[in-house]
Amino acid sequence: MATVELRFSAQPEHVRTARLVAAAVARRAGVDEAVLDEVRLAVGEACSRAVGLHRSNGVTTPIRVVLTEEEKTFSIEVGDEVPGAGTAAATAAGVPVARAAAPAEDFDDADGEDEMGLAVIRGLVDDVEVTAGEDGGVLRMRWPVLPAEEDADLLS
Amino acid sequence: MDLSLSTRTVPGAGGDRTVVEVGGEIDVYTAPKLREQLVELVNDGSYHLVVDMERVDFLDSTGLGVLVGGLKRVRAHEGSLRLVCNQERILKIFRITGLTKVFPIHTSVDEAVNAVD
Repeated sequence: MATVELRFSAQPEHVRTARLVAAAVARRAGVDEAVLDEVRLAVGEACSRAVGLHRSNGVTTPIRVVLTEEEKTFSIEVGDEVPGAGTAAATAAGVPVARAAAPAEDFDDADGEDEMGLAVIRGLVDDVEVTAGEDGGVLRMRWPVLPAEEDADLLS
Repeated sequence: MDLSLSTRTVPGAGGDRTVVEVGGEIDVYTAPKLREQLVELVNDGSYHLVVDMERVDFLDSTGLGVLVGGLKRVRAHEGSLRLVCNQERILKIFRITGLTKVFPIHTSVDEAVNAVD
């Protein structure tokens, strides 16, 4: 079961909220303080990408962010509901897929904004997995957590 | 935190430079405001820009896209776009994406303003 699950409508202003929640939960889960900036950035990139995909494809359902604390890892899943989107990300090789490109008025400055976001994620996170299905794509990221100091809480 | 923007003109060794001081978070929501500012400056004839990022708390790929767009615009007028940044967590994003090779990055506004190609 997810530790925290967040659903937000595909609006750019909510991406910041997702970053803050993810960083707070990651900190609680025991992710190293030095890595929290990377978690914040990576989840922001994943959510921005999902928002862009929903908007450019006219998908009105919310973006889903699942934060899961496990024994040795902390994982974040960002799910979109655009069929084939994950496939495009997974191959990232210009394979034609059934999704519209990002609208020009939003992204006229950088060609391949989607790829730049993914490049940042791959540069930051060692454990990244992009999957796709008919219902949409999921981007999974995992970080190690510091060993819990079990006695510390009891004694304090 | 929202994005804050302020601009001023500073005389440099190679002529006047427009310094854009950016503060707060540059992300998918706020980046369009920065884009508008850069477009407006170029449309008004400011082709030599210095973007001071010392007060930026957060930058993502959307923000990078806007900076790349700004660079394209000033280059179309044989201008320049220089960055000022000493923050390791921001510099890291430029390194990951290979953009340290694209943007001249300076340690102070003074240095950027007086830099000439």
